[in-house]
Amino acid sequence: MTTNEKTEYNGPAIEIKGMNKWYGDFHVLKDINLEVARGERIVICGPSGSGKSTLIRCINRLEEHQEGDIIVDGMPLINDLKKINAIRKEVGMVFQHFNLFPHLTVLENCSLAPIWVKKMPKKEAEAIGMKFLERVKIPEQAHKYPGQLSGGQQQRVAIARSLCMSPRIMLFDEPTSALDPEMISEVLDVMVELAQEGMTMLCVTHEMGFAKKVADRVIFMDGGEIVEQNEPNEFFNNPQEERTRLFLSQILGH
Amino acid sequence: MPFTPTPARPAPISQMGVIGWLRKNLFSNIPNTLLSLVALYVVWQVLSSVISWAFINADWVGSSRADCTSDGACWVFVSVRLNQFIYGFYPAEARWRPNLAFALLVGFLIWLAVPRIPYKKLGGILALTAFPVAAYFLLYGGAFGLPVVPTSRWGGLLLTIVLAVIGIVLAMPIGIALALGRRSNMPAVRLVCTIFIEFWRGVPLITILFMASVMLPLFFAEGVSIDRLIRALIGITLFQSAYMAEVVRGGLQALGKGQYEAADALGLSYWQKMNLIILPQALKIMIPGIVNTTISLWKDTSLVVIIGLLEVLGQVRQALADPNWLGFPAEGYIFAALTFWVFCFSMSRFSQYLERRLDTGHKN
Ligand SMILES: Nc1ncnc2c1ncn2[C@@H]1O[C@H](COP(=O)(O)OP(=O)(O)OP(=O)(O)O)[C@@H](O)[C@H]1O
Ligand SMILES: [Mg+2]
Repeated sequence: MTTNEKTEYNGPAIEIKGMNKWYGDFHVLKDINLEVARGERIVICGPSGSGKSTLIRCINRLEEHQEGDIIVDGMPLINDLKKINAIRKEVGMVFQHFNLFPHLTVLENCSLAPIWVKKMPKKEAEAIGMKFLERVKIPEQAHKYPGQLSGGQQQRVAIARSLCMSPRIMLFDEPTSALDPEMISEVLDVMVELAQEGMTMLCVTHEMGFAKKVADRVIFMDGGEIVEQNEPNEFFNNPQEERTRLFLSQILGH
Repeated sequence: MPFTPTPARPAPISQMGVIGWLRKNLFSNIPNTLLSLVALYVVWQVLSSVISWAFINADWVGSSRADCTSDGACWVFVSVRLNQFIYGFYPAEARWRPNLAFALLVGFLIWLAVPRIPYKKLGGILALTAFPVAAYFLLYGGAFGLPVVPTSRWGGLLLTIVLAVIGIVLAMPIGIALALGRRSNMPAVRLVCTIFIEFWRGVPLITILFMASVMLPLFFAEGVSIDRLIRALIGITLFQSAYMAEVVRGGLQALGKGQYEAADALGLSYWQKMNLIILPQALKIMIPGIVNTTISLWKDTSLVVIIGLLEVLGQVRQALADPNWLGFPAEGYIFAALTFWVFCFSMSRFSQYLERRLDTGHKN
């Protein structure tokens, strides 16, 4: 498949069919089927250990699945480094613990991948870096090191860093759960904006306010399975499964 | 009435400064005071006799042992032999060549280490390309009208520096490659690297040097003789790279897997990830370890005496065996110890400086 066809590809952003994954004997993901439309915003929730992180990490091959197919942006995810890197270019990821590169400045964090992966001239990459740092509202921190920023600022840099690669899909793995409460909203605001611009997003989060506000669909996972999925209104007000109800009562109860 | 705190009074003299410290730490009660006095007496006795031996009663100038008349140290022994300790049997009229090479080495180190000097990249490239070539022709000669000085005439501090610097510089990339290999996903690569590292780490350097001098020639056709210095360097490099590999591996392990994942998620290739993200951070963590192995290699170079090369310590011992100068082992060994100490201590300070300079405020 050439790059040209890829940019014209307009099928589903992600298709996962009959996917299974094991850690040794432990069956972490059980027969996952999921189709994500272009521009769709999905929130994934579920108890700890239910396999949420593992699921989204399979999409950019941070974890390898053993059975079934994953097709990202029309490209099947197979054991081929070139294909994997082609997919990773299209998929941005934001981690719970930011994972910024501490030895590089904020701007260098942002321009690194455009320079080395996209072979962009340094000037241009830095201009793009500044553009996205402005979007996440911290251009004035561009020349500091990550260690000098607050958690919320670091997470916004991490989002900007991903956006600099102009991904077509963004994955978020509990982006606010390592933050002090007063910093959560500054990160969520950036994510809401991103969602409103039409980015395809898969978000593991327990921020139900965010889910209600922007999600097109909420997925509930438990024990490695997708137990229930629905649009947010139905999901929160009229859960079908006992396990979903129990989970919702636990996280909304306090 | 508003509350206005009275300013704190300064602590009484007896509780601060030197007197306060002494009172608190040495003379807080009677047993402590007694112990302190005894200890001070012992320290004074030792120090005063050392000082009078090494400085006050010492002989500094002269040309033979007849000039050592007092009962203190005979530094004449060292000053007469100083050139031998520094250059070995390197011809006197050519000593400017190692001096110039050493000045260049220091110059490059300063260029690379002092933040204010620009063109670091150029400096690095020159240090790794032009400098070795220049140093080779300066030390060995054979071109540009410089007569050849065979390595058998090199010795003393010159030899120590040559062995240690080349050993460390070569061991660095090999060590990094071995460490990456040991963590590779490919079982064959991992196995080979692990065996290599564990083999060289498990053998004392002295045996490696011995093997290098006895066994290496067996691998080559008869008549092909490899320079003794090269043999020593091969042995030292293999030995040092195994240690370096373990230091690097420690650095790589200290880095959280989040850094690997973030690099992967951005689509960086394996080598980009290693060169841009992992190694720069790991190397920073590794500085104390690298300096540690460097310091021990620096001292271990004295073992090359087993294959007949005489670095500082070797030269000192040879000089001590000179029938005209029998009886000055203390002066000789103190000089050798001081020489080693000056270099090793500078390296240790340099590593602390580097660590501070590279700190970006992030505890990973
Ligand atoms: N590398 C691994 N090896 C073995 N088991 C693992 C590994 N990574 C995760 N697991 C297990 O797989 C299960 C799913 O983990 P995962 O991190 O996907 O859960 P999660 O839903 O994201 O949970 P949390 O909310 O705590 O992040 C857990 O039981 C975990 O212990
Ligand atoms: Mg998780």
